[in-house]
Amino acid sequence: MIKYLQGADSDWYKRRLTGAVFLVLTAFLVLIARLFYLQVIEGNELRRLSENNCIRLQNIDPSRGLIFDRNGKLLVDNRPSFDLNIILKDAKPVEHTIEILSQYIDVPATEFMSKINRHKGISSYTPILLKQDIGRDALAAIEVHKYNLPGIVVSVKPRRHYIYRQSAAHLIGYLGEISSDELKSGKYSGYRAGDYIGKFGVEKTYEGLLRGKRGGRQVEVNAAGQVVRVLRTVEAFPGHNIYLSIDYLLQKKAEELLEGLAGAIIVMEPATGHILAMASSPAFDQNAFVNGMSHEQWDSLVSNPFRPMENKAVNAEYPPASVYKIVTAIACLEEGIIDANTSFYCPGYYKCGNRVFRCWKKRGHDKVNVVKALAESCDVFFYQVGQKLGVDRLAWYARACGLGSATGIDLDHEAKGLIPTAAWKRARTGIGWQLGETLSVAIGQGYNLVTPLQMMTLISGIANGGIRYKPLIFKKIETAEGKLINENNSKVTGRLAVSQRTLEIVRKGLWEAVNKRKGTAWIAHVDDVDISGKTGTAQLVSRTGSNDNTSIDKVNKLNQLKPHAWFVAYAPSEDPQIAVGVIVEHGEHGSSAAAPLARELITTYLSIGGELTLTSNNSDKDKKG
Amino acid sequence: MFDRRLVQNFDWSLLSLAFILGFLGLVTLYSSVTAGTQVPQMEYYKQLVWYFVGLIFLVISFLFNYKIFDRWGHIIYILCISILVGVLIFGEGSKGAMRWLKFGLFSIQPSELVKIAVIIIMARYYSKHANTTGLTLRELINPFLLTIIPFILIVKQPDLGTAILIVLIAGSMTVFIKIERRSFLYLILSGVISIPLVWFFLREYQKARILTFLDPDRDPLGTGYHIIQSKIAIGSGMISGKGFLKGTQNALSFLPEQHTDFIFSVLAEEWGLIGSVIILIVFLILIIKGLNVAYRCREPFGTILSVGITAMIFWQVIINIGMVMGLLPVVGVTLPFISYGGSSLITVMICIGLLINVSMRRFMVE
Repeated sequence: MIKYLQGADSDWYKRRLTGAVFLVLTAFLVLIARLFYLQVIEGNELRRLSENNCIRLQNIDPSRGLIFDRNGKLLVDNRPSFDLNIILKDAKPVEHTIEILSQYIDVPATEFMSKINRHKGISSYTPILLKQDIGRDALAAIEVHKYNLPGIVVSVKPRRHYIYRQSAAHLIGYLGEISSDELKSGKYSGYRAGDYIGKFGVEKTYEGLLRGKRGGRQVEVNAAGQVVRVLRTVEAFPGHNIYLSIDYLLQKKAEELLEGLAGAIIVMEPATGHILAMASSPAFDQNAFVNGMSHEQWDSLVSNPFRPMENKAVNAEYPPASVYKIVTAIACLEEGIIDANTSFYCPGYYKCGNRVFRCWKKRGHDKVNVVKALAESCDVFFYQVGQKLGVDRLAWYARACGLGSATGIDLDHEAKGLIPTAAWKRARTGIGWQLGETLSVAIGQGYNLVTPLQMMTLISGIANGGIRYKPLIFKKIETAEGKLINENNSKVTGRLAVSQRTLEIVRKGLWEAVNKRKGTAWIAHVDDVDISGKTGTAQLVSRTGSNDNTSIDKVNKLNQLKPHAWFVAYAPSEDPQIAVGVIVEHGEHGSSAAAPLARELITTYLSIGGELTLTSNNSDKDKKG
Repeated sequence: MFDRRLVQNFDWSLLSLAFILGFLGLVTLYSSVTAGTQVPQMEYYKQLVWYFVGLIFLVISFLFNYKIFDRWGHIIYILCISILVGVLIFGEGSKGAMRWLKFGLFSIQPSELVKIAVIIIMARYYSKHANTTGLTLRELINPFLLTIIPFILIVKQPDLGTAILIVLIAGSMTVFIKIERRSFLYLILSGVISIPLVWFFLREYQKARILTFLDPDRDPLGTGYHIIQSKIAIGSGMISGKGFLKGTQNALSFLPEQHTDFIFSVLAEEWGLIGSVIILIVFLILIIKGLNVAYRCREPFGTILSVGITAMIFWQVIINIGMVMGLLPVVGVTLPFISYGGSSLITVMICIGLLINVSMRRFMVE
């Protein structure tokens, strides 16, 4: 069979090759015909279009998703901003155009020229930004004199507008211009230099949902660069709208309470993990980031010793102080070291070896069981049970309560905190664990570090029967047309290692802390509603060394090392609907500085009325679901 | 044992065509990479180096009797496939695509060389299975597998242009050999049935991508815009062109990848209809010469090898120029000799070398 292809005289494949030649000729004729059509028939028209590069692309920026509170109150929207650009190739002569322009706008021509010179080397058809966000007056002036200003283009861009200055600034975050590193990282495909992206908070976490999709226009322009015809348009898609879990009225109240203080407040729904308020003080003005801020503004923000750029609720670590006694109580009850009736005598101090550990109350608490120890925050009681427990067993329970690890909230840079063990100390310092350190740890001092958010998951767990939920910061996400795409359902991340019996005992102690005259949080007591809670006063002496931040040292000096004040609480005690956590840096006593703030928030929550029924209805629904 | 007939039969015209096209390529590249700046860019000198490397490969390709490719074709094929797999695992990414192997300053694109490997292995198979009644479905199974494996690996990189080329080359060789009539009907029928079926199972975004591929107008901000700019560039050249280094579309970087896939637009803008037709005619002569080599060769492997090589050059020219003129979908296919890129240039140089090889040894049969 092969012979057909072998002999030179076999016509067979020669015929096929001849056929191939005809096919090739036809294909080339088609190409030449097309060339003739483009270069001869359409030639003049295409030459004209090429002259000034008439066909250009223009961006249509998508409108970024709006941010609401849980009740649909608008917190963040977009406003149109008019940006002044110049296209060098169209602005002939450039100097003259700039000269005229600076007459209409109150900016010296030299400033414009220096901006133009900075962009040397880019294609002369690329618009160069001269001035962002010119006012409506300037816009009107330019529109009127448009024909004297060839190459000057005003582009409308949606610009972020944070309606309530400084409100929920840390939670919502802010936008900033994308950096070249971020562009190169590959995480931001479809972005271009000059785009604004979320840099912090919700704006950053949900960037992909908020952003929307860029559109554009193919336009034909005349010799002065003005659009004569729109050839094709691809519409931009607006981003999704986010309904945060916070209640704006509660958020505002929390911020008012922190006015002039450094600290944080979190309010949470214990039954769902939804965060109803998250305030960190001092705050910053997000609108200042929208147009880019000066070096001085930025420096004053980052060098402020009260750290306004830090979300203290999530990113800051503090010693848990007496709040930690909740964990110690759970651990010793669960381990059977004591029961509800076991009592110790507190003379105001405790001797361990040759060292004396003091109770905060010099006169002592007399006979103390676990409920009274929690209510009156007796140190001696917890020294003794802590000693019996040992540091490692205590650490196990602390971890089961969610301490020492991130809660998984959808915010950047969440701090993990620190729960020390004997092995951890040996690895870190090379020195073995000392018994005295166990006593410090048992009352929440020593190496322990927690974030306010972690304390919230702990107190919420106590309130809801022992479940740890992921803290949720949004309630739902909708498309711009209002189609629901994500209803943020509760996510269980773990359980406190606690039996119902132990839980009852602990809850009794926390109830007495607020509702008995001798309780440390008596000040938070109100008539309308039963509140349960635990105070804490974080000594700072033990903190130096574990955290050597210079700005903190400065603050310490300013405040003469006053301790931080803690208070965590939930209400109503029997059927908890909200949990509140307060930390006031250098507030001195948890009872005096933090507890009243929590009381105010809880009464506000109860008095908001309409919002209260709405939120409580929701939590009922969630419970049933 | 050196045979004097080798020199007598040496095909100088093929070598000259390689020189002419290489020269035109360098001139056009000079213009496209000098655009907007006073001095030629790095790419120009790199391509100059590649050009000389390519000439060495061309010479190597005709020094040894091409029959060794018949003997070792399967080894070359397996080697190339392993390199493709290696690229997918260790390759150097560019714009998210894994198609490069890096050697210091230079990097090569193995998918280019795979085209030659496929041509050789197909020629090897068909030279043993060809008959006048045509290939049956059973005989088509092996060529199908030999084509589909590199196709999938190259699509994965992803380099759709080269993958499609491989199918077109293998397909052209198969049609040249002739498919048996009934098998041919079966193939057509199954194709007609399966296309709507496949379409049915595609996701929305995949359908959108295919539609945009076939009709760039659906993407007016991306491919559609590129095609418009390319057509403006070509058309504005008119009959005599704007002149060397005078192209404006080119100078303003309005053309995408102006020195690789869209280089013909630069050429057409600067040299007009006259220059464009001249370069098309040079390509046409090269292709006809390739078919002539096949015509005069007196044994099946050489004939089919030449047909495969010619098909490769033919398809690249048609697809590339058809694409920049808005006649065909936009895929990354280079214009032989003209486009910037070492791997592409070396591949086509090897191909010319092989054609010379077949041509000068035509007397050696029996």
